[in-house]
Amino acid sequence: MIREHGVDPRVSVIGKRLGKIKNIIAVVSGKGGVGKSLISTISALILSKNGYKTGLLDLDFHGPSCHIILGEEDLYPIEEKGIIPPETNRIKFMSIVFYARDEPIPLRGHEISNAIIELLAITRWGDLDFLVIDMPPGMGDQTLDVIRFFRDRKFLVVTTPSILAIQTARRLVKFLKQLNIDILGILENMRIKDNDNVNALSSEMNIKYLGYLPFKPEIESYIGYPNKILESEIGTQLTKILARVFSL
Amino acid sequence: MHEWSLAESVIETALSIVAKEQVKKVFSVKIKLGELQQIDVEVFELALKELSKGTLLENAKMEILSEEAVLKCRVCGYEWSFKSFLEKLDEEDSESIHFVPELVHVFAKCPKCGSKDFEIIKGRGVYIEGMEVEK
Repeated sequence: MIREHGVDPRVSVIGKRLGKIKNIIAVVSGKGGVGKSLISTISALILSKNGYKTGLLDLDFHGPSCHIILGEEDLYPIEEKGIIPPETNRIKFMSIVFYARDEPIPLRGHEISNAIIELLAITRWGDLDFLVIDMPPGMGDQTLDVIRFFRDRKFLVVTTPSILAIQTARRLVKFLKQLNIDILGILENMRIKDNDNVNALSSEMNIKYLGYLPFKPEIESYIGYPNKILESEIGTQLTKILARVFSL
Repeated sequence: MHEWSLAESVIETALSIVAKEQVKKVFSVKIKLGELQQIDVEVFELALKELSKGTLLENAKMEILSEEAVLKCRVCGYEWSFKSFLEKLDEEDSESIHFVPELVHVFAKCPKCGSKDFEIIKGRGVYIEGMEVEK
C-alpha cells in the first residue's frame, strides 16, 4: 500500500493545460493603480488584432476588471471535459468573475493559491500564441504561483513615473532578478510631463525601457468599448511598443 | 464535464506515482471527494474508467470516499457543515462553488457571527489517499 496522505492531483495536469501556449506574458507592478488591467487587456486586443491566437487571464481576484474594460459582463465558460474560456474580440478570456459575479471575493493567501490551482487545472486554453495575465500588484500569491506553475513566462513590469510607484517597481524587479526570471522590460504609464524617472530605473536595474503611454483622462470614457480603446492615443502608442517588443 | 478534468488529474498523478515507485500492478486507488466540490460521482467514475484504459490503472479498483465539508469561523470559532448551507444556495451559486470551491467565501458566512473570514477545515475537493500496489 502506498499511502499518499492526501495528494492534490490537480497540480499534475497544469503543465498539460498550458502546454500549447507559445508565449506567456505576466503584466505586473509593485503598486496598484498603475494601469496593469488596461495594459493587459489592450495588449491582448492588439495581439489578437495582429492575427495571433490570444488568451487573457485575469488573476486579480480581489479586483478583477478586464471584463469591464472589454465591456463583457455576461460571458460564461463552456463546460466540456473541463472549462473552455469564452471568446470576446477573438480573445479567449478567463476570469474568476464568471463565477463570483459582482460579489466581493474575501480570500486569504492559501485560498487564493488553491483557487488558482483549480482554475489552471480545469481551464482548457488549447493552442495559443500568447497568453496575457493581468496580475494583482506586488509579490503575493498570484505572482509566486505564476512563477511556480507557468514555465517560460515573461514579466512585463508597469509603473507610473511617481517616485512611490518606482520605489515598489524597483523592489519587484529586484525580486524577479533574484529568481532569474525573464523580464521583457519596464513600461511607463500615465506620463504627464517629460521625465527620466522610469528610464533611470531601467538603466539602474539593467532591464529594457519599453516606452511610455501618456496620461489621458478621456480613456475612462472608452472603458467597455475595445475598438475605441484601440483607436485612442494610448491604443496606438501601445501598438507601436508591442510591435517593437514582439516584432509584430 | 468538469468532472473529466479532475478525473484526468487523478489518473495523471496516480500514473506518476506508479512510475516513480516502479509499481508492477495496481489493485486499487483510494480517492477522497470533498463534499464542497459537489462532484457528480457517476460522471467522475465513468471518466476514471475511460481515462485509465490502456494504462496500469485499467483494472484497478477506484475506491471513492466522500468527505463531509466542514467550515470553521476564524473570528468566533464556530464550526458548521456545508451540507446544512447547501440547501439554501441557488443553483447558480452552488455551481460556482462546484467549479472553484474557495468561492464558498463569496456565498456563505458564519451562521453564528456573520463573518466571511472562515476556513474550510475538511472536505474541499479531490485528493488521492493511497494506492494498493505490487512492486
